[in-house]
Amino acid sequence: MTIQAEPGKGRRRSPLTSIAISTFKTTGTILATMLGLLFVTFIIGRVMPIDPVISIVGERASKETYEAAYQAMGLDKPIIIQFFYYIWDILHGDFGQSLLNARPVAEDIRRVFPATLELATLGTFIGVLIGVPLGVLAAVRRGSWIDQIARFVALIGYSMPIFWLGLVGLLIFYGILGWVGGPGRVGIFYVDVVPSVTGMILVDSLLDGNWTVFKDAMSHIILPASLLGYYSLAYISRMTRSFMLEQMNAEYITTARVKGLSEWTVIWRHAFGNIKVQLITVIALSYAGLLEGSVLTEIIFAWPGIGSYITTALLSADMNAVLGGTVVVGLVFVCLNVFSDLLYKFFDPRAK
Amino acid sequence: MSLLNTPQGNQPRWRSWLLTDTPTSRNHARVASLYQGWLSFRGNSMAMFGLIILVLLVLIAIFAPLLAPHDPFVQDLANRLKPLATDGHILGTDSLGRDILSRLIYGARITLYIVILVALIAPVAGLFVGTVAGYVGGWVDTILMRITDIFLAFPRLVLALAFVAALGAGIENAVIAISLTAWPPYARIARAETLTIRNSDYISAVKLQGAGPFRIITRHIWPLCISSLIVRVTLDMAGIILAAAGLGFLGLGAQPPSPEWGAMISEGRKFILDYWWVATLPGLAIFLVSLAFNLLGDGLRDVLDPKDDGS
Repeated sequence: MTIQAEPGKGRRRSPLTSIAISTFKTTGTILATMLGLLFVTFIIGRVMPIDPVISIVGERASKETYEAAYQAMGLDKPIIIQFFYYIWDILHGDFGQSLLNARPVAEDIRRVFPATLELATLGTFIGVLIGVPLGVLAAVRRGSWIDQIARFVALIGYSMPIFWLGLVGLLIFYGILGWVGGPGRVGIFYVDVVPSVTGMILVDSLLDGNWTVFKDAMSHIILPASLLGYYSLAYISRMTRSFMLEQMNAEYITTARVKGLSEWTVIWRHAFGNIKVQLITVIALSYAGLLEGSVLTEIIFAWPGIGSYITTALLSADMNAVLGGTVVVGLVFVCLNVFSDLLYKFFDPRAK
Repeated sequence: MSLLNTPQGNQPRWRSWLLTDTPTSRNHARVASLYQGWLSFRGNSMAMFGLIILVLLVLIAIFAPLLAPHDPFVQDLANRLKPLATDGHILGTDSLGRDILSRLIYGARITLYIVILVALIAPVAGLFVGTVAGYVGGWVDTILMRITDIFLAFPRLVLALAFVAALGAGIENAVIAISLTAWPPYARIARAETLTIRNSDYISAVKLQGAGPFRIITRHIWPLCISSLIVRVTLDMAGIILAAAGLGFLGLGAQPPSPEWGAMISEGRKFILDYWWVATLPGLAIFLVSLAFNLLGDGLRDVLDPKDDGS
C-alpha cells in the first residue's frame, strides 16, 4: 500500500526547524512545571504558616530580633519579589540553613540522597528482574495459574500498607529468623570503615575491595530493597501484561507463527521487541515512584535517606529542610517524567 | 427474541419488568439499566467480596458503640500488652491496656470519615476543572491543564507531607493535603470525556433550545462523566487509605489517643519484636479495606466502563 501525501500536510518545514521547535516546546514545558513546583513550595513555606518569623526566632524573641529577622528574610518586600529571591537562591544551590543543625540544607541533602538512590535503584532492579518475565508469562498464558498468581501478587501489592509490610518483614526475617541485618545501612562495627566516594555504601565497599562491609551492607539493604521491589513489581508486571496482550493479538504475531518461527522467537523477539519502549517509560515512572515511596520504608528501616531526612525535619518544624527536600525530590521526579516522555518520542515513531 | 422471552414466563413480574427491552418511561429505562448492571456485577465474585467487606465496614462504623466490648479510650495499665484471646480482650490490649478490638472498631469510623471527605472533595474539584477546561477550550484550557500537569508531576506523598507540615497535623489537614494531591487525574479524565461529548449532536440540540454554558456543563456533561469518575475514585480509594494511614503512621494525621489505624501501627511499632499483635492487627484492617476497594473498583470498571477492561 502506498501512502499518498495529502495536500497541505506535506513537510513544509525543514526537519531541523521542527526539531528546534519541539525542543523549544519541551524545554518550555519543563521550565513551566519546575517553576510551578517552586511556586507551590514557596507558597507552602512563606505564605501558609501564620508567621514564618516566629517559627524561626521563637515566640519570646524581643521586638528588635523579630524586626531583624523580618528584614533578613526579605518579608518587607512584595511577595513577587520574595518569590524571585527564592528562585535565585535555589538556582545557586542555596536551600537555606537547617534550623536543627545550622548546616546548609543543600549539603545535608547531598549527604542523604545517595542512600535513597541506592535503595530505589536496587528496588527497581528487583522489580524489573521479576516483574517483566512475570508479566510476559501472564500475558502469554492468559487465564492460566501463572496469570492468576501474577494478578494476585499485584492486587496484594496495591492494597498492602508498605510500612506495615516492612514491620512484618523485620519481625519475621530479622526478629524471628535472623536471616537479614536489622535497621540501618550497616552493622555498628562497619560504620565509616570504607571511605565515602559515591555515598552509596554498596558501591563504596566494592571500590574499596572490602567484601566484609559489602556483605554486611547487602544483608541490611536486601529487605527494604525487596520491599520496594515488590511494589514496583506489582506495577511493572501489570503493565507488561497489558502491553504484551495487545501485541499477542496482532496479526504480525500470527504471521510469525505461520512462518514456523519458534514460540520463543515469536514472544521475545517479535512481541517483546515491540513493547520495549513503552516498558522503559513504565520503569522510569516506577523508579520515580520508588524514590518518593521510600519515605515510609526509610522510616521503618532507619535508612538515612532523603525520606527520613524530610520526616525528621518535619517533626521538628524545620521548614527549610522540609521544603529543600521536597524541591529536590520534586525536581528528580519531574526530570524522570520528562525523560520517559522524551524516550518515548525518540524511539517510537508512532508518537511523532 | 423468543429464546430470550421464554424464561420470563416463570419469572416474577418485577423481574421481567426490569429486564425488558422496551422501557416505557425514562425512569423505567434508568432502573432497568441499573438492575442489569447489578446482575453483571453480581456475577463477579471477587467484586462482591469487596462490596460485602465495605458494607460490613459501614455497619461496623455506624454501630461501633454497640459492637465494641470496651471503651476505646479507657486505659487499664494493669492489663497492658495482653496477648490474643485473653479473657475479655479477644485481640489483646495495647501498651496502655486499651482493648485493641474496640479501637479497631472505632477506627473504622475514622477511615470512613477520611474516605468520604476525600471522595467528596477531590473528584468534584477535578470534575469542575476538567469540564470547564474541556468545554471552554482555548487559553482557559491551556492554563488549567498546565496547572493540572504541574500537580500531576509532583511526588504525591512528599507534597502531602509538606502541606501537612505547613498546615499542622490532624485528620482534616491530612484530608486537605491528600485531596490537593489527588484531584489532577480526575480533571484529566473529565476533560477527555468533555472533549468527546462537546461536539455531539445532542449538545448542539440543547444549545439551539437556548441553554447556556453553565446549564450544558452541569446538566448535560457532568452526568456523562460521572461513571468513569466513580470507577477511578473507587480504584484510587485504596491509595488514599494507604496515604492517610501513612500520614497517621508518621504522626501527621490523626493524633493520639485517636484510634486511627495508621497511628495504632506507629504506637505498636516500638514493641513489634515482643508483642507483635499490637502493630500487625491494625495493618491487617487497613489491608482488608484497601483490598476491598481494589476488588470493588475492578468490578465496577467491568460494569460501568466496558471499553477499558484492564486485560
